[in-house]
Amino acid sequence: MGKFAKEFAKGLILSNPVFVLALGLCPTLAISTSIDNALGMTLAVLIVLLGSNIIIASIRRYVPDITRIPIFIVIIATLVTVVNLIFHAYLPDTYESLGIFLPLVVVNCIILGRAEAFASKSPVLHSIADALGITIGFMLALLMISFIRQILGTGNLSVFGFDFGTLPVLGEHPIVAFVLPYGAFLVIGLLMALFRRTGVMKGE
Amino acid sequence: MNELIAIFIGMVLINNFILVRFLGLCPYFGVSKKLGPAISMGIAVTFVMTIASIATWLIRNYILIPFDIEYMNIVIYILVIATLVQIIELFIKKTNMALYFAFGIYLPLITTNCAVLGITLINATKNYSFLGSVVAALGAGLGFTLVLAMMSGIREKLELANTPKAMKGLPIAFITATLLGLAFLGFGGMI
Repeated sequence: MGKFAKEFAKGLILSNPVFVLALGLCPTLAISTSIDNALGMTLAVLIVLLGSNIIIASIRRYVPDITRIPIFIVIIATLVTVVNLIFHAYLPDTYESLGIFLPLVVVNCIILGRAEAFASKSPVLHSIADALGITIGFMLALLMISFIRQILGTGNLSVFGFDFGTLPVLGEHPIVAFVLPYGAFLVIGLLMALFRRTGVMKGE
Repeated sequence: MNELIAIFIGMVLINNFILVRFLGLCPYFGVSKKLGPAISMGIAVTFVMTIASIATWLIRNYILIPFDIEYMNIVIYILVIATLVQIIELFIKKTNMALYFAFGIYLPLITTNCAVLGITLINATKNYSFLGSVVAALGAGLGFTLVLAMMSGIREKLELANTPKAMKGLPIAFITATLLGLAFLGFGGMI
């Protein structure tokens, strides 16, 4: 069980996919305009990563080395298709606002990266821990960025229709720059620098 | 004709793949340290995007839509792109060795570049005509190359600049991207 906990914990900070490994940047920056989107994206990545890690770890002995990448990609693409259909049917609003980035989960480097670097060499249980840890690390990064962007860019705090109130000054005069595309680059750049400055994460 | 020009300008400047749509960021931050490789990468991506757009347009309109299996598009597109990249790699290796070495590792990596799958999915959702998708792919590729080249030029100078320790590398690259994005926002009113 100790190994399970270790694989789980490393994804949170030490190899946080976004801030440390700089993987999966495209969806992180594109959909972090609101907390709703961040949670929707996390759910999609959780289902796909968990599914692909479990399947790939269980078939790892039967996959020939030369054709492994195409096999992994087809497994991931099938799971992404399933997630797309589920979101379209049960979460139509999230499906609309994630737009093209929901099908693009298939080329998210985090998922193929974990399949190649971890699940193809590890037993199923460790691969589950790895998937959960990496997804939570991804979620933390997404929530941090989207929280800052939503608060500063729109001035209100609503999550899936529940309104937690509007901020006094920002509510009337939001800093729209933060929900525009270039605001995403600014927020992630400053957050990364802050983590390095405070020593939470290593610099170059 | 006007429609095609609008698609082209929209793809290059207004909805720039990197700065506005956030597609293809991995090569953007990974490759953009030197001008030469950045331009090679841009050309390789443009090339694959155009061929992939042609192939997926044909598959979508002659196989997926007639048989009503459009929900299979993600699996089929990614397979088509992976196969195309392999074929292009073999073809270039046999015909033009110099070009093959210039592309190097970047060519096989294009399969997992979200810009390529992105353009095929955008073509499908916008329902562009055949010419429209080709022009869209060319425009998107040109916009990608343009920003990649600009970024690498800036980063070559940044290497020599006295940046704070915590900002070195990726963080300062993100801040540079912010400023580029702000500049590209000015193109918004063109169409």
